[in-house]
Amino acid sequence: MAVSVDDAVSAGPVRDHTPPARRFGGRGRAVLEVALLTVLAVVMLFPVLWMVETSIKENRDVYAIPAKFFDFKVTVDHFKDVFVSSSGGRSGLSVSFLNSVVVAGVSTVLATVLGVPAAWAYSRFALKAKKDQLFFILSTRFMPPVVVVIPIFLMYRQVGLIDTQLGLILIYTAFNVPFTIWMMKGFVDEVPAEYEDAAMLDGYTRLQAFWKFTLPLLVPGIAATAVFALIFSWNEFVFAIFLTSSDDVRTAPPAIAGLIGGTTVDWGLVAASSVVFAVPVLVFAYLVRRHLVAGVTLGAVRR
Amino acid sequence: MSDPVAPPAPGRSRRVSDRWLAVGFISPAMLLLLSMSVFPLLWALYLSFTDYSATRGGPARWIGFGNYTAVLTSSQVHQRALTTLIYVVGAVALQTVLGFTIAYLISRRTHGRGLLTTLFLVPMMLSPVVVGLFWRFMLDAQFGVVNSMLGSLGLGQVEWLTQRRTALLSLVVVDTWQWTPFIMLIALAGLTAVPKYLYEAASIDRASEWFRFRTITLPLVWPLLLIAVLFRAIEAFRLFDLVYILTSGGPGVSTETLSFHVYKVAFLGFNTGTASAYGILMVLVVIILTQLYLRYLNKLKED
Repeated sequence: MAVSVDDAVSAGPVRDHTPPARRFGGRGRAVLEVALLTVLAVVMLFPVLWMVETSIKENRDVYAIPAKFFDFKVTVDHFKDVFVSSSGGRSGLSVSFLNSVVVAGVSTVLATVLGVPAAWAYSRFALKAKKDQLFFILSTRFMPPVVVVIPIFLMYRQVGLIDTQLGLILIYTAFNVPFTIWMMKGFVDEVPAEYEDAAMLDGYTRLQAFWKFTLPLLVPGIAATAVFALIFSWNEFVFAIFLTSSDDVRTAPPAIAGLIGGTTVDWGLVAASSVVFAVPVLVFAYLVRRHLVAGVTLGAVRR
Repeated sequence: MSDPVAPPAPGRSRRVSDRWLAVGFISPAMLLLLSMSVFPLLWALYLSFTDYSATRGGPARWIGFGNYTAVLTSSQVHQRALTTLIYVVGAVALQTVLGFTIAYLISRRTHGRGLLTTLFLVPMMLSPVVVGLFWRFMLDAQFGVVNSMLGSLGLGQVEWLTQRRTALLSLVVVDTWQWTPFIMLIALAGLTAVPKYLYEAASIDRASEWFRFRTITLPLVWPLLLIAVLFRAIEAFRLFDLVYILTSGGPGVSTETLSFHVYKVAFLGFNTGTASAYGILMVLVVIILTQLYLRYLNKLKED
């Protein structure tokens, strides 16, 4: 069972209550702990709040010295700038957001289609050097992107994949397949193989048994895995910046990073586009919160 | 081939078809990984023995281990290795201490644990691009909110990103901010998995709080925590995007990590051969770290 945020909610306290007559005094100590936790929470969340605040501040207040925390004028101009260009048409940023949707979406579908059957096969069959194969698969995911991108760049230049969405989709798929296999293997392991055996005694082939009986049970797991793959591709920056350059191919991360290229930086716009970029991720992450431990360790840790 | 989940008396044809099914399900994913991960790395390995340059073109001339000796004896590389070491050790140590502390404090609360955990996890889900850009804004020497707060506390202004020492410190701080939730999440999974009866037994024995922490909590959480730490170390070693956005390696070369230096050699210096050798050496380090990680992971799974 994966330990999840939800489990953490429902489970009781880990420790029993300290008897009141303890050295520290249980109450004073609890207050101290809550205070410390609050301070830490404020420190961790302040940058996020500041980002949201900056995105709705008027430019004058964005650059105010000292910084304005509460008494600023609210505006949605920055958000308008994210989607509409100054000349009235669609902005470059909105095009890059669409590109991100396409690239992340298609690569996630491909990684799922390739990864789920492989995960099932690794879970069900005794294969030669299975452990080594699985470890090999995971270690491809740990390669430093800056190193991998050098030969990929040369390879793409040979076959004309530089600055194409297909090129990005392929590399993101390759980057998500190891994760999908590891994550899905955990889910497949949880479905008893006996279901398939029973189906096969009824005359189904192994393939039919997988398709008709196991796969429907895997749907929630597939959904969670796909959401993580989507988040990884959506947030990816290194391959995007080296393998694409033109505005109509570029995904959102390099486009947002490009906003600080000039001599003056419109931080309100940076904040607004960051918010637009981050909100879908946070929503998706919230949806898969039960599987976060497995997800962020690339499917390696499950408890 | 022995199939642990096959029905009691499987026919020969079924065994054969299982085998083909496994091959058919695994090979598409494997082919993708071989062509997008292994083949590029092998190409880089070949290039690392040549003087190939991506811009000059022309045939690659074989120069043996020349690139490797050049990289390994370069004082520039040594300096980058030191910077990377300081950054990796500093950031991972800080986030481990902070993440574990937060997890421990959360695990002792009865109410609001789910909400607290969710809130603390937000930084981890953001793209490094968003994180880097936003901290760059907050750490700005003139209108950054950090200096503004220091000012209202009566403290001096700090040029966070434009001075050698503080720039590396800023990098460590930002990485810690983003990845403390990761350690927290894993530590919390470990802490909630500690059986309650152990604490009850210790409490009957009137064991002190510190004794219980040292003899029950820490030994049971440690294996999982170690995995999280190793995972973070690998990620920190590979890190590129945050450096690129936050400091671009500056001021001077004070925040240039190995990843960033490889990028400069490959894409600004166009010494593709040298960069490949450099990259292969980094891959070796990652492979060693990954092996360590997988070994601990394996041990954890067997227990």
